[in-house]
Amino acid sequence: MSGVEARFRLERPGFSLDVTLELPDTGVSVLFGPSGCGKTTVLRCAAGLTRSDHGLMRIGEDCWQDSETRRWLPTHRRPLGYVFQEASLFPHLSVRGNLAFASRRGGQGDRPDGKLMELLGIDRLMDRMPAALSGGERQRVAIARALCASPRLLLMDEPLAALDADRKREILPYLERLHRRLSIPVLYVTHALDEVAQLADHLVLMDQGRVGMAGPVGEVMASLDSPLAASDQASVVLDARVSGHDSAYGLTRLDVDGIDLWSARVGYEIGRRLRLRVHARDVSLALFRPEGSSITNIVPAVIEAIGGDDDATQCLVRLRTGSGAQLLARITRRSRDLLALEPGMVIYAQIKAVVPVV
Amino acid sequence: MPDLSLATEDWQAIALTARLAAVTLLILFAIGLPLAWWLARTHSRLGSLVSALVAVPLVLPPTVLGFYLLVLLGPQGPVGRLTESLGIGLLPFTFPGLVVASTLFSLPFVVQPLQASFAAVSERMLEVAATLRAGPLDTFWHVVLPLSRPGLLSAAVLGFAHTLGEFGVVLMIGGNIPGRTQVLSIAIYNRVEAFEYAHAHLLAGCLLVFSFIALLALQFINRAVSTTPAMLRGGA
Repeated sequence: MSGVEARFRLERPGFSLDVTLELPDTGVSVLFGPSGCGKTTVLRCAAGLTRSDHGLMRIGEDCWQDSETRRWLPTHRRPLGYVFQEASLFPHLSVRGNLAFASRRGGQGDRPDGKLMELLGIDRLMDRMPAALSGGERQRVAIARALCASPRLLLMDEPLAALDADRKREILPYLERLHRRLSIPVLYVTHALDEVAQLADHLVLMDQGRVGMAGPVGEVMASLDSPLAASDQASVVLDARVSGHDSAYGLTRLDVDGIDLWSARVGYEIGRRLRLRVHARDVSLALFRPEGSSITNIVPAVIEAIGGDDDATQCLVRLRTGSGAQLLARITRRSRDLLALEPGMVIYAQIKAVVPVV
Repeated sequence: MPDLSLATEDWQAIALTARLAAVTLLILFAIGLPLAWWLARTHSRLGSLVSALVAVPLVLPPTVLGFYLLVLLGPQGPVGRLTESLGIGLLPFTFPGLVVASTLFSLPFVVQPLQASFAAVSERMLEVAATLRAGPLDTFWHVVLPLSRPGLLSAAVLGFAHTLGEFGVVLMIGGNIPGRTQVLSIAIYNRVEAFEYAHAHLLAGCLLVFSFIALLALQFINRAVSTTPAMLRGGA
């Protein structure tokens, strides 16, 4: 069996957790939900830091715990990497010492992997003490340290939550680069949708100790039934490639499976892959190709489904473009009726803003 | 002009005292490290009980402790019978007897600073170590002890200095046998009794200077530590 299977049941005063997760064995799976919904507890259970009343943790062929067979491996015998919310570096060891602590115990000897250091941009920090590092640097070292122990699974508990917006922007590109190189599964906890849009391959929505919905990130975000759809945050994530720049107007052309979309200029070279987030509130619909519109991005698409209660003011429309990309559009119920929108209709989506998530 | 060089007897007392303090310190650490670690982490009621027991020598007159030890270790006492049946013989008025007494008497001076610095090591540091595959003992040696360095130094200085200076317990359990159980503090007492104030001054002065230097060194170490708190606590 491949993949990661995790099942935890836990009763505490005022809190109950009951989750079953089946995650792919590569890529980043994001646990997303409001504070206090039990995301971190799931991560701690997976690591063996918190003991669930009833639990199963299996990764590929390796079983770390199973209450049926009374199997239980303590944390130090589980080959995992854990990145805590605040970078908890050992204050008595230099960066090099912190990394060597991990690599020695992970069976990699004293010299941590140089490529990893470079990838995370910490190769120049090796002789510094943790107290002399910035918050972003510390967190990067903590991520490198977790990976130095040659884990089978990387667990990350809101690694950016303790950083300010600037530090977040500084560290996200490193995470994204890492994401493309890592061959192990990553379980990433966050309550920031930006991070989901940038990093997630697989998305698990959690609320009050339960899993609301889980699946590939595109599917879950484009779903009309998810808690996200009901919120102001409803949006889709598209994979794109930089295909050109218009320096005269400060725009960048992005190729999404054959469809050209324009965004405000991003400083990436042509050919670079990145992700776009398109908010449902930024997409409007027209029955005919609009002429003389100020909106640059106009894409023909088929209506797949229309969600929302019959007495709500607004409703959410899911579209599929010719190339298969999905979009969400938030429109008023009156517009829906005036345009007589039905699943299967071909319409034009006007996209007001395309946000490259960087 | 009185003779101010130390007599053989004084040298014997100094050597014996140094040996006693060193051996006692070793044993104190062997017992104190695991005991302080357990006390720092346990939430059980037994922990409070043991904590109080360890602290008893802080408030008890040393002669009281010495008296009970003498009874316990003597030929009629349970421990005395045990040591005799094991062929070790009786402990009172021997060097091992002094070591036992000093260890009990100085235990709080070692356990309390250790316990305080162990308690200051955050749970998070232990969790981090576990996620990096360090087992409990590995974590203790390579994370807890380095993070507790100021506590270890305090414990060592206080344990050693306190053993050097004790009087009452040693007198009760060891007596006053030159070269065998006559330690520095008792040698000073003898000199005073014999009105040999010059010798008493010399010995007392040595002890005073040594204790002062030890405590001064501790102050400097602690000051160096407290100006860089993040280096030694679990907060980075």
